[in-house]
Amino acid sequence: MTLPSPPMSLLAELTHRCPLSCPYCSNPLELERKAAELDTAGWRSVLEQAAELGVLQVHFSGGEPMARPDLVELVALARDLNLYSNLITSGVLLDEAKLEALDKAGLDHIQLSFQDVTEAGAERIGGLKGAQARKIEAARLIRASGIPMTLNFVVHRENVARIPEMFALARELGAGRVEIAHTQYYGWGLKNRDALLPSREQLQEATRAVEAERAKGGLSVDYVTPDYHADRPKPCMGGWGQRFVNVTPSGRVLPCHAAEIIPDVAFPNVQDGTLSDIWNCSPLFNMFRGTDWMPEPCRSCERKEQDWGGCRCQALALTGNAANTDPVCSLSPFHDRVEKAVEEASEKPELVYRRF
Amino acid sequence: MMDQSCVAEESVLSFARGHRLQHDRVRDLWIVQAPEKAFVIEGSAPHILRLLDGERSVGDIIQQLANEFSAPREVIAKDVLALLSELTEKNVLHT
Repeated sequence: MTLPSPPMSLLAELTHRCPLSCPYCSNPLELERKAAELDTAGWRSVLEQAAELGVLQVHFSGGEPMARPDLVELVALARDLNLYSNLITSGVLLDEAKLEALDKAGLDHIQLSFQDVTEAGAERIGGLKGAQARKIEAARLIRASGIPMTLNFVVHRENVARIPEMFALARELGAGRVEIAHTQYYGWGLKNRDALLPSREQLQEATRAVEAERAKGGLSVDYVTPDYHADRPKPCMGGWGQRFVNVTPSGRVLPCHAAEIIPDVAFPNVQDGTLSDIWNCSPLFNMFRGTDWMPEPCRSCERKEQDWGGCRCQALALTGNAANTDPVCSLSPFHDRVEKAVEEASEKPELVYRRF
Repeated sequence: MMDQSCVAEESVLSFARGHRLQHDRVRDLWIVQAPEKAFVIEGSAPHILRLLDGERSVGDIIQQLANEFSAPREVIAKDVLALLSELTEKNVLHT
């Protein structure tokens, strides 16, 4: 038997703790507590095993990864292992001394999140008073350090009209890249879908704003489209168990950060097996790897090795079966559920905030 | 769009911050690591890029490769200038 290709990147969710409480948080509804987190030795082993397996880039994420006092040590180890290190942070815990330590440790890149361009909009989503000013200060410090920086904006019904101002802020703060990411509707995002999902008109306007900015040049724009408005699914994670591996704060190893909702399968943990064995041999990673698992209409579809059947978590959330075609696909017998969600989304002021 | 002529034989180039050349031991490939992506480089490109040290000029690199591979200098020069111009335009390299 030939082994699967090794993963290219590792998402290291160091902690689920975070000073913000965004209602579209990508963490699972069941957040892991501090007592369950891997210790420093545990994370060092994950990084060593990842490099050995073939991972090239490690994304230190959370929660807020800067809540971990051993972040600098882990970044230094990543550098020693020749792993490209990216810090995905809200910036609210960053100061000059911490940034200097990360810089010295060899951090390669920072992705700094913003919830909005206005203080009111940012505080409504993040729930932390004064966060916007701290983020802007963080961006200035990062800019001064010379570490390459991407600004990340998650967009939704309430802030999508301000995309042009988001680009202006990115240019003003000297970011080389900006990521405009439509909210993904899993976990917390799915709970808040009616309040967050933009209308078709809003989406068209957003796409126009992105195209106009790209035409100006000088700023690299990464645009994550909202798949609810698409008629073909996204190649979620580049295919299940093909390029990407996620390790949760407690050491669970997942093909994507939302995969813990998949029923009837064991979630392997780095404390019980090697990363290599988990990647190559675990039932979880082989469950939807490749194309053998696919039902129709995927099985006979010419796009099956382009989109890999779309997102398993979305199939589960919207059709009740993770092995179904992603209902975003217009060929899915459940596609009407996606269309209905778009029709029914509305201004709904109550947001459900992420919390333990 | 920058003109290709901005990379000349006397230019001294190095990788921009956040970019580096790396051998991928597991897949036996040469890659350039970049913000939130890595791309594979093939053919003569790894031989050229491994000589970028922020001190050697482009002309020195051409000469060294011409000696190393016993190839006509003008053939090497064309490849080297095309690659380094492209990567400079993409902000992977800078002077």
